[in-house]
Amino acid sequence: MTLVLVGLGLLVLGAVAALAAARSPRLATLLGVGGTVAGCACALVPVVGVLLGQPAGALRLEWSVPFGAFVLGLDGLSALFLLPILTLSALAALYGGEYLGAFRGRAVPARAWPFFALLVAGMTLVVLARNGVLFLLAWEVMSLAAYFLVVLEDEDRAVREAGWTYLVATHLGTAFLLVMFVVLGSQAGSLDFARLGATGALATPLAGVVFVLAMIGFGTKAGFMPLHVWLPEAHPAAPSHVSAVMSGVMIKMGIYGLLRTLTFLGPPPAWWGFTLVAVGLTSGVLGVLFALAQHDLKRLLAYHSVENIGIIALGIGVGLLGVHFGSAPLAVLGFAGALLHVVNHALFKGLLFLGAGAVLHATGTREMDQLGGLLKRMPWTGTLFLVGAAAICGLPPLNGFASEFLVFLGAYRGVLHPASGVAGPALAVLAGLALIGGLAAACFAKVFGVVFLGEPRSAHVAPAHDPGLAMRLPMAALAAGCVLIGLAPALLVGRMGGALESLARLSRAALESPLALAVAPLAWITAGAVVLLALAGALALWRLQRLVRRPPGEEHTWDCGYELPTARMQYTASSFARPLTLLFGGLLRTRTTRVAPVGPFPRQAALATETPDVFGDALFRPAFRVAAGALARLRWLQHGRVQLYVLYILLTLVVLLVWKLR
Amino acid sequence: MSPLSALPPLCALLLAPLLPGIVTRTRCRLTGRQGPPLLQGYFDLGKLLAKGAVYSRTTTGVFRAGPLVGLAAVATAAAVVPFGAAPAPLAFPGDLVLLCGLLALMRFATVLAALDTGSAFEGMGASREVQFAALAEPALVLGLAVVVRGTGSLSLSGAFAALTPAVWTHEGAALVLVLGTLFVVYLTENARVPVDDPNTHLELTMIHEVMVLDHGGPDLGLIHYAAALKLWVLGALLIGIALPVQGLAPWAALVVSLAGMPALAVLVGVVETVMARLKLVRVPQLLVGATALAVLALVLVLRG
Repeated sequence: MTLVLVGLGLLVLGAVAALAAARSPRLATLLGVGGTVAGCACALVPVVGVLLGQPAGALRLEWSVPFGAFVLGLDGLSALFLLPILTLSALAALYGGEYLGAFRGRAVPARAWPFFALLVAGMTLVVLARNGVLFLLAWEVMSLAAYFLVVLEDEDRAVREAGWTYLVATHLGTAFLLVMFVVLGSQAGSLDFARLGATGALATPLAGVVFVLAMIGFGTKAGFMPLHVWLPEAHPAAPSHVSAVMSGVMIKMGIYGLLRTLTFLGPPPAWWGFTLVAVGLTSGVLGVLFALAQHDLKRLLAYHSVENIGIIALGIGVGLLGVHFGSAPLAVLGFAGALLHVVNHALFKGLLFLGAGAVLHATGTREMDQLGGLLKRMPWTGTLFLVGAAAICGLPPLNGFASEFLVFLGAYRGVLHPASGVAGPALAVLAGLALIGGLAAACFAKVFGVVFLGEPRSAHVAPAHDPGLAMRLPMAALAAGCVLIGLAPALLVGRMGGALESLARLSRAALESPLALAVAPLAWITAGAVVLLALAGALALWRLQRLVRRPPGEEHTWDCGYELPTARMQYTASSFARPLTLLFGGLLRTRTTRVAPVGPFPRQAALATETPDVFGDALFRPAFRVAAGALARLRWLQHGRVQLYVLYILLTLVVLLVWKLR
Repeated sequence: MSPLSALPPLCALLLAPLLPGIVTRTRCRLTGRQGPPLLQGYFDLGKLLAKGAVYSRTTTGVFRAGPLVGLAAVATAAAVVPFGAAPAPLAFPGDLVLLCGLLALMRFATVLAALDTGSAFEGMGASREVQFAALAEPALVLGLAVVVRGTGSLSLSGAFAALTPAVWTHEGAALVLVLGTLFVVYLTENARVPVDDPNTHLELTMIHEVMVLDHGGPDLGLIHYAAALKLWVLGALLIGIALPVQGLAPWAALVVSLAGMPALAVLVGVVETVMARLKLVRVPQLLVGATALAVLALVLVLRG
């Protein structure tokens, strides 16, 4: 526990030092990166210790805040979330040191590092906090630090708007959390998590209210559809290493909050499970469909975060149904799948955002239809991106497959359950996961194929080259993580006992046999992966030996006899996804503007498609317009006269005094 | 692991190239032609594997890795599906998920290799392939869910072992519907009529064949072999459900199943002869229809 505190201290120290050194961007970068990496490394030691079976740590300090107490705890659940937070943040910081170098001569790096270190510290504290006030405070530090990182390039109007959307969304979410903690606290008489959990059985309707508040409040952060609207705006606007941290771990704080809240509430009723399955299906399927329709690389990745949050929600839904219907294997498989996917998504989405950052860094554009043929110019970035792309599609032998396997297995087990309340949702989960998997594969075939393969589609590509070691190394480390967990997922799942105990509501002894049911097939997955790799390796050696004897010839691509193919004849991102976006056109509402070619020798022809967020356009924009109209009536209160503002303060004080004296 | 479990992958690896030959022979005979010898698949393989290779200058290592990864994936899948009364070597709860994952990996490798050439035709084929695969996957997963529910086992080997004639009498209707679903998936995954026509000669209308236009020599040999293996592996899935061989002696079960595979190939040949391929926009309807069959079957097994 001490080391965690030291780590937190180093993070805050790094933030302050970087702020103090704002004059020299180089020094600020050095201090910011150094503080973040050192802090993360320090805090990682006890986290790994807890995962390896050391007793959970706890700490309590006096704190003179009403209802607040500085209570920290490090249990299995916290450790499982801290593992990706600290790892990815340290790697992203390392990467950011070089990445922000592109902004040399401007104040950007000096402004970035204090907030980056604070974001990491905020997330760490969110996961450690064991008191409502402390939790909300850490939550706010995290959210605000992320806001300042999103608007780092604030000379761009689109960036400012994205930041504004994010700020409004996160605070609306926090408002629901505030109400939730008030409801919980008023029942328990304290905001300490230990007390909240101990009272256990909340009255049924009240528990339902808390669940709904948590789903909205935490769901906004996590990006459950339709509360996800800020995600595709904010992620592309932020610098890539910040996008990686936000998408890889910050949105998971919503998942953490939801899981932690579930441990406060009594046994879950069935409709909680149904709700999560429904939310998961919506987020998963619509998330990947909207991703397919995008041609901005980072926006596409942001929609994929919505999809993966959907998969996590499906896992939690299966787990909750398992708890409700008293099936321990179902509960363990669902929650274990969700938790493993939390870690996995941090690894591959972090990797993909860092890779996208390297592409942006090298070419200056995020528009996929301008790219192509980058694998030859950026072999490192391309190869590592391919690992991430295959992992996010859930292909063996990588980590995405392992976590989706657990959720699949849970759902198949649910199909066997006699109660139709389990079998029905389980079938929906199966169909949904299969569709999501197929569409995700289509989407990443498009991304990798269009960005890295084929011929360059514009002059942006010509000067591209791999980034330096400081940017390559973090990507390589994340890719190695994807491969490692993919080959041996049982290593991590076997350590999840501490987290699963409280979620699945089982004692340590009762957990053993259902956990073994989850771990045993994972050992077979390892065996399958070894067979696969051995076969591929053997085939590669065989062909190598053949081709050494007969060196292969080189030609241009066979285009059915056409001798002068140009890069413009290639399929683009939009044309590749066109059959699918047409098929689901009713959901996507893609806007097409076209200038049709006229006459036998057409001079002009153009086609542009845009797929804006349906929920943002049809739901939130009108709602906010109405709200803004209503609130404009209160404008007279705010007129800019300081004297009258002082009068407001005075009046408030008098009212409070009278109320107290009464 | 019983020594019998070496049989399923062994049969697949040795006998798979026969199947495309049988399909072609059936087509030819039904249209009044002689057709190539049944062993033509093996001759082609031998010839292609002995050739040299030519690669496009546009391509990268992804193009060269495609056939290797594809064959490795489907060969691993051959170790997941049981055959005859023999369990598969990789048999565990959830092995059906691994089967789906391996097929997806094979497809991903083929699609990326196609996109690596930068050819419009191959991009076209890749785009169609991922579209139909995304729709075929739910049908396959739900179809397998019927088998899981009907037999009470989470592994393919366990499910086929539990699929006795008694199960057929009890859940016959559902199993027939599932066979319908899986047959459509079979035709789609293997790029057969009515989804794709392996014998067409116009690149614009192809799906699978156009994706491998640029491969030649040993790579093309590996691709043909992988396609034949896929035909066998998914066929073993259909045969395992359609012919409940439990209760027979192991050798009798093997003989019955071995007789089933050519029969399936003949059926595919008949379908190819009597049907034209569908318009591309109709294929999604076919696949959604197959999924609907699976859902209907699920209603039947859940009710029972």
